[in-house]
Amino acid sequence: MEMPIPNASVMSKRDRVLVRLAQVLSAEALITDEAECRAYDCDALTAYRCLPLAVTLPTSTQEVSDILRICHQEDVPVVPRGSGTSLAGGALPTADSIILGVARMRDMLEVNYPDRYVRVQTGMTNLSVTGEVESDGFFYAPDPSSQLACAIAGNIAMNSGGAHCLKYGVTTNNLLGVTIVQMDGTVLEVGGAFLDAAGYDLLGVICGSEGQLGVVTEATLRILPKPEGARPVLMGFDSNEVAGTCVSDIIKAGVLPVAIEFMDRPCIRACEDFAKAGYPDCEALLIVEVEGSDAEIDDQLDVIKNIARRHNPVELRESQSDEESKKIWLGRKSAFGAMGQINDYMCLDGTIPVSSLPYVLRRIGEMSKEFGLDVANVFHAGDGNMHPLILFDANKPGDLELCEEFGAEILKLCVEAGGCLTGEHGVGIEKRDLMDVQFAPEDLDAQMRVKDVFDPKWLLNPAKVFPLTASATRRAA
Amino acid sequence: MRPASEQELSDLVRDASGPLRICGGGTRAIGRPVVGEPVLMSGLSGITLYEPGALTLVAQAGTPLAEVERATAAEGQRLAFEPMDMQGLLAREGVPTVGGMVAANASGPRRVQAGGCRDSLIGVRFVDGSGTIIKNGGRVMKNVTGYDLVKLMAGSWGTLGVLTECSFKLLPIPETQASLVSDQVTPQEAVDLMSRALATPYEVNGAARALDGRVYLRLEGFARQVGYRSQALREVLGGDWELLEGDKSAAQWRGLRDVADFAAKPGDVWRVSVKPSDAPELVARANCPVVMDWGGGLIWALVPEGTDLRRRLGSFAGHATLIRGSEATRAALPVFQPEADAIAALARGLRAKFDPRGVLNPGLMG
Repeated sequence: MEMPIPNASVMSKRDRVLVRLAQVLSAEALITDEAECRAYDCDALTAYRCLPLAVTLPTSTQEVSDILRICHQEDVPVVPRGSGTSLAGGALPTADSIILGVARMRDMLEVNYPDRYVRVQTGMTNLSVTGEVESDGFFYAPDPSSQLACAIAGNIAMNSGGAHCLKYGVTTNNLLGVTIVQMDGTVLEVGGAFLDAAGYDLLGVICGSEGQLGVVTEATLRILPKPEGARPVLMGFDSNEVAGTCVSDIIKAGVLPVAIEFMDRPCIRACEDFAKAGYPDCEALLIVEVEGSDAEIDDQLDVIKNIARRHNPVELRESQSDEESKKIWLGRKSAFGAMGQINDYMCLDGTIPVSSLPYVLRRIGEMSKEFGLDVANVFHAGDGNMHPLILFDANKPGDLELCEEFGAEILKLCVEAGGCLTGEHGVGIEKRDLMDVQFAPEDLDAQMRVKDVFDPKWLLNPAKVFPLTASATRRAA
Repeated sequence: MRPASEQELSDLVRDASGPLRICGGGTRAIGRPVVGEPVLMSGLSGITLYEPGALTLVAQAGTPLAEVERATAAEGQRLAFEPMDMQGLLAREGVPTVGGMVAANASGPRRVQAGGCRDSLIGVRFVDGSGTIIKNGGRVMKNVTGYDLVKLMAGSWGTLGVLTECSFKLLPIPETQASLVSDQVTPQEAVDLMSRALATPYEVNGAARALDGRVYLRLEGFARQVGYRSQALREVLGGDWELLEGDKSAAQWRGLRDVADFAAKPGDVWRVSVKPSDAPELVARANCPVVMDWGGGLIWALVPEGTDLRRRLGSFAGHATLIRGSEATRAALPVFQPEADAIAALARGLRAKFDPRGVLNPGLMG
């Protein structure tokens, strides 16, 4: 993975830029000490690190505007950062960049139940948004696995999803408006507490733009009434293919589960050891969850169980209590942590058409043998968003490189099957150089034209998303 | 001109020497009148891919919407956002198309619960103003690979590119539906009732106040579920409610979706998107017959021809669009809500990047 050579002229004016930033920021909001900056040299893609010029931690939209205006005048690249949980390197600094972190902006600004929205500062964590409204019977729907730590700012940048998007959609479907600061310091209000755009849907293109169009400091989020109840059912099968076919059949049947999660044998074992969720010993496991009153859940699960029975499940078990449901979900949500205890792994995030699940799983199995690296599969099967975990040994020379090569092949397979490189983690630096597998040069150029409009100098998070060769002339201009 | 393929369209746009007027089915004729050579999209027609097991459908832009609805209904599925048919309201006849629906981001009553057209749209192909063919998104429902130009294209009325193909996420058609119908209530009472209904866990997916002042609340699901939820909802809301079941409920919502209440009445029709709790005050300021949808978040207003409704509304959080008005009115008043300078500059910038020669529906959005 290659990053651009740091701009020497930017590096040489570090002192001047820091003096200017110090004039508009309090001492706590500006970190210049190397040891302290070290904490910001990477995100959750820890294989790649780089020390930035400095770190800024503003507490208001005005301060964000001041920082950006100064950096714009001085031609200094800025890397926005939420909580730094990106798995794609979205918040990885470059040596010539300033980090702009929103972690100290975490106020709940407004809770409006009659209109069913909240207005937050974007440093708030995903889970804390739900935490603020849950005792009144509401929740914020997108629930990425990192929801305890990840910030709304990062959720918006990456258009984060989660386990329940089959029913509730992803961030972009639950975002009503933002306050966004452009690179030149201009503060814009886009959208608001109403359901559609006045003109072009700028909100739609801001969400998922990986911090390249502006810094989002406040957001209006839709909140939803909590369902009366929810109950998962576990289904074990003796092959991945059969489980994949069962997913498709459930979807065709007209019941819309709130989540359909899939795990294969290596993953089932690791999670069971970790969470003691009572998972069966089988090749493939589905967790299917539906919502509603008890009677509604019974009716929906009857339909779903009848479909499962047609596929000869080795286990078919409905959760009998809230306690058991919690354990079932704890197992699933700790999948990455559980795998991490037994191995180094790389987590992929491609999406495929649900109908291709059996084929893609079979091909991943074959490729696993070819590369000599094991793969554990855990993913959101209902929407085709896969998370193959490639296991490797970070201490073994060449293993990381082999793993990255294998990962790239799996993502190419996803695209070839009609899917995409990333379903919810974002491109960042991780998938940047694979973008031309999915897109023609004209497709990428069209996206880069949008950045030209929002950030003509290409200073915001510039070395991400687009292959470096594709963005080279724009970044140099 | 009627291109028969994406490539022909691309050539045609590239070689265009003057403005082009992009025509789907001609049933959503809104916006500033466009002077330009008509480009008929009916030659790009047909469902290219439909996978019921993946809840996804891909269709060429000129495909009649009815064809998509027939195909999906045969599999018990549908476009969840309930696109309105504007023919009655605008007194036009034609064949609503997939591309026109997307260009208008046509989203009906179910927007409150299932999202709008832009939320179900998962991929597009289009030809930009230079004739370049561009694709974005794809045919899977979870996709964050690169910028989301799909949403930018939805509701851009053919001014950033000519859509050639659209992909959608579908949802199952529930077994049945029912609606609770209130007595006549004021706009304030209506918004209060609708807000309370939408805050219950019963997944109310339509909440409107018709011209006659009655509130309609729609529930969909399995028969037992709808029965249970309509009872539970009555208990939460109190008061007297009439129950409309099955086809009768569906017919009522088709009328609300298409704003049938205003179809035969003379005057201009505006569509106002607001914060629901602001709606009663805005309805009072508008001082005209209204239909309220989206729990109060959408106001359809009927005013005498040539009325500048924005002047009556004053400043508010949201926007007003002139949907039905004479060509003279549409040329005299901004059809779309004038935007803040910095937002307008971004919109101009995007137009300059995607249609540098200004040949695609020039002036339609102002």
